[in-house]
Amino acid sequence: MPLTIRDLPKEKYVLPGNAACPGCPEAMGLRYVGMALGSKAILVIPAGCTSIIQGLMPGSGLSFPIVNVAFSSADAVASGVAVAKELIAEESVVVVWAGDGATADIGFATLSGAAERNDNIIHICVDNEAYMNTGIQRSSLTPLGAWTTTTWRGKTEPKKNMPLIMISHGVPYVATASVAYPMDFIEKLRKAASIKGFKYIHLHAPCPVGWRFDPSETVEIARLAIETGMWVLMEAENGKIRISPPSKPYIDKNRRKPLKEYLERQGRFRDVSNELIKELEKEVDEYWELLIRLSSQ
Amino acid sequence: MVRLTLTGNHCVAYAVKLSKVKVVSAYPITPQTTIVEKISELVDLGDADIKMIRVESEHSALAAVYGAATAGVRAFTATSSHGLLYMHEMVWWVAQARVPLVMAVVTRTIGPPWNIWTDHHDIMDQRDTGWLIMMAENNQEVLDETIKLFKITEDPEVYLPGIVGLDAFILSHTVEPVEIPEQELVDSFLPERRQPYVIKSGEALIMGNVPSDLLTNSRMRWDIHLGLRRAEKVIDRVDMEWGKLTGRRYGGLTECYKCEDADYLFVGIGAWVGDMRLAADRLRAVGMRFGVLKIRYVRPFPYLRVLDSVRGKKGVLVFDRSVSAGSAGPLFLDLVSHMYPHRLNIPIKNVVAGLAGYEVNYEDFFRIGESFVKEVSETGWVSEFLEFYPGR
Ligand SMILES: Cc1ncc(C[n+]2csc(CCOP(=O)(O)OP(=O)(O)O)c2C)c(N)n1
Ligand code: SF4
Repeated sequence: MPLTIRDLPKEKYVLPGNAACPGCPEAMGLRYVGMALGSKAILVIPAGCTSIIQGLMPGSGLSFPIVNVAFSSADAVASGVAVAKELIAEESVVVVWAGDGATADIGFATLSGAAERNDNIIHICVDNEAYMNTGIQRSSLTPLGAWTTTTWRGKTEPKKNMPLIMISHGVPYVATASVAYPMDFIEKLRKAASIKGFKYIHLHAPCPVGWRFDPSETVEIARLAIETGMWVLMEAENGKIRISPPSKPYIDKNRRKPLKEYLERQGRFRDVSNELIKELEKEVDEYWELLIRLSSQ
Repeated sequence: MVRLTLTGNHCVAYAVKLSKVKVVSAYPITPQTTIVEKISELVDLGDADIKMIRVESEHSALAAVYGAATAGVRAFTATSSHGLLYMHEMVWWVAQARVPLVMAVVTRTIGPPWNIWTDHHDIMDQRDTGWLIMMAENNQEVLDETIKLFKITEDPEVYLPGIVGLDAFILSHTVEPVEIPEQELVDSFLPERRQPYVIKSGEALIMGNVPSDLLTNSRMRWDIHLGLRRAEKVIDRVDMEWGKLTGRRYGGLTECYKCEDADYLFVGIGAWVGDMRLAADRLRAVGMRFGVLKIRYVRPFPYLRVLDSVRGKKGVLVFDRSVSAGSAGPLFLDLVSHMYPHRLNIPIKNVVAGLAGYEVNYEDFFRIGESFVKEVSETGWVSEFLEFYPGR
C-alpha cells in the first residue's frame, strides 16, 4: 500500500521563525524527516545551512533534539549517541543530517568509518551540490560545468558518485531521494529506521540561492532532475539495487526529457557550452546503463 | 585491595574499568596504544562491561565519546601527540558543550622528525581549551587520578572534561607496584554520573545553535574560566575524600616536598618531579636547602597555592619540558604572570629541558640547582631568566 498524505502525522517539526531562505530544500527535507520519524529522531548536525536554519538560541525553529557538531565529526558523534541510547535502552533513531560538503568532502573519512563499522545510524546527505552556508563554493558533489564562487568558469570535474560509493561499503541500506518526491523519501526513511546498522540516504536538494533560480521553483527543478534522468531515485537493500517508482519510466531513455530543460532553468549553468552539455548527457546515459546493469543482476 | 605490578598505561585501563565507564573510543598511537589494547582485552575477557567504538581517527574518537557522553553515559578516550593535535577541534568543542568526560594523554614529542619520546608540547598545547589538565608523577597517581577525575569533572560546580597526563615510556611503559582498590570502594567514592543536560529522543533540546545574544554567549565562555576556578576546591576536596578511603593523598592542586624550610624551589610537572626530589635531597646534603613544588594541575592553574609556596624563597627554578616558541616555557609564564600582580619579586629562572625526550635526571637537576644557588647568592638576581639546558 503506497503512503498517502492522509497517513502522515500532523505534528510539525519545522516551525515558523526558522531561518531558512525562501524555497529552501533543506527546510523541506527536515519537514519530511519529522513526518517520517516523529519524536524518535535525534539529529546530529554538522556545520552547514541547517546550523543556521535552526534559528537563534535560546529559541529554535526546529522541534527535534539536536546535537550541533563540528564540520567533519557528525557520524562519529552519532555513533556515540546511538551506542549510549542502546546501552540505556532508550528508543531512538539517530540521524546525521549533513550537507554534501560534510558528507563527501571534509566528513568523508568519518562517514566511511561509521559505515564500515555498520553503526546503527541513518546518514542523510542533503545535497545542494555546493557549500551553501559559506557562500556557494564548489564541493566534490558540484556537477560538471556548474558555476560556483570558486569555479567562476564552471566546474571542470564531474560529480562524485556517493550512492555507489556507499553501496560499496556493504551497508544494509542505501537510497537516493528528492525533495520533489516526499512520499518516496518518507517511505525510505521509515524503511531505514526499521533496519539495524548503517543506512545512507542521499537527498537531492536544489537550492534557489546557489543554483540561481526563483525560490518558487524548487520542487519543479527537483522534479526536472528526475525527469531528465540527471538524478535517479533508487534504493539498495543489502546491495541489491532497485530503481524506485518515480524514476522507473526513465529507464527508457526516450522518455527522459532533454537535459537542456533542466540546465537552462538554472543560472549556475548559464555559460555551459554545447560540448559540455553533450558531455553531461553522456555522463547521464552511462550512469543509467550502469544502474540498469547493476539492478538486473 | 590487590597489589599488582603495572605500567602507567595499564593503570589507566584498570581505572577506567573501576570507574564503570560505559563507552570507550580511541585510535592507536604510540605510546597510548597499550591503554586501548588493555581495555579491549578486559572487555573481550568479559572483565569489563564497556562498549568499544573502534573509530578511524582521533577526531572521531573524541567525537564518538562526546556523542556517548552527551547522550548520558560515562565515556573515556586516550591519545598522544599527533593524535591529540588531530582531535584539537573536538577538544574545544567538548569543553564548550560542558560535557564531562575523561581523556588520558600520554605526552609525546610532536614531529617532524618522528619521535615517540616524552615532552610536553602536546598537552601544554591544550591549556586554553577549558579542560582540566593534570600531570601524574607515578603509576599509582595515574590510576588514582583517573578515577578521581570522573568525580571532579562530573561535579556540578565544574561540568568540564578533564585530562590525566602521563609521560611517555617513563610512566606509560614502565612497571611499578600499585594498589588496585576494590570495586566496592570505588563505587562508594564515585556517584552516579551527573551532567548538565542529556540529549534524549522526544525532547526538543538543541545544543549549539547560533546565539541570539552575544552577551549571554560571552558569559558562557567566561563561565568555562569560572568553572575551572571553581574546580580548585573540588580537586582538593576529592583528594581528601580519596585519601580517607585509600590512605593516599596527593595534595590536590599541588604537592610540596620539603618546601617549608627550603630556601630554593624546583618547580615542575610530571614524572621528572621524582628526579627533582632526589636532587633536592642531594643538594640539602651539601648545604643547599632545596624543596620541590610539584604542580599537579596545570589547569586550573593553582596560582594562589603556588604563590604561597614560593613566597619568601631566595630563588625559584621552573622546569619546562616544552616551550611556547618565541616566548618562554608555559609553566614559567603562568607562574610569573601571577607573581607580578601579587607583588612577588624574587629571583626566578626558567630552564627548558628534556625536549624531544632528551633524558634529564637527578644529576642534571643537581647541577642546575647548584649553579643557580651560586649565581643568586653572588649577584642577588639571575642574568638570564630563560635558559635552554644544553645537556651533559
Ligand atoms: C573545519 C571547518 N572548516 C570550515 C568550516 C566552514 N564551513 C561551515 S559550513 C561550510 C560548508 C557547508 O557545506 P555543505 O556541507 O555542503 O552544507 P550546506 O551549507 O550546503 O548545507 C563550511 C566550509 C567549518 N565550520 N569547519
Ligand atoms: S542557501 Fe539554499 S540550502 Fe541554504 S538555507 Fe538558503 S535555500 Fe536553503
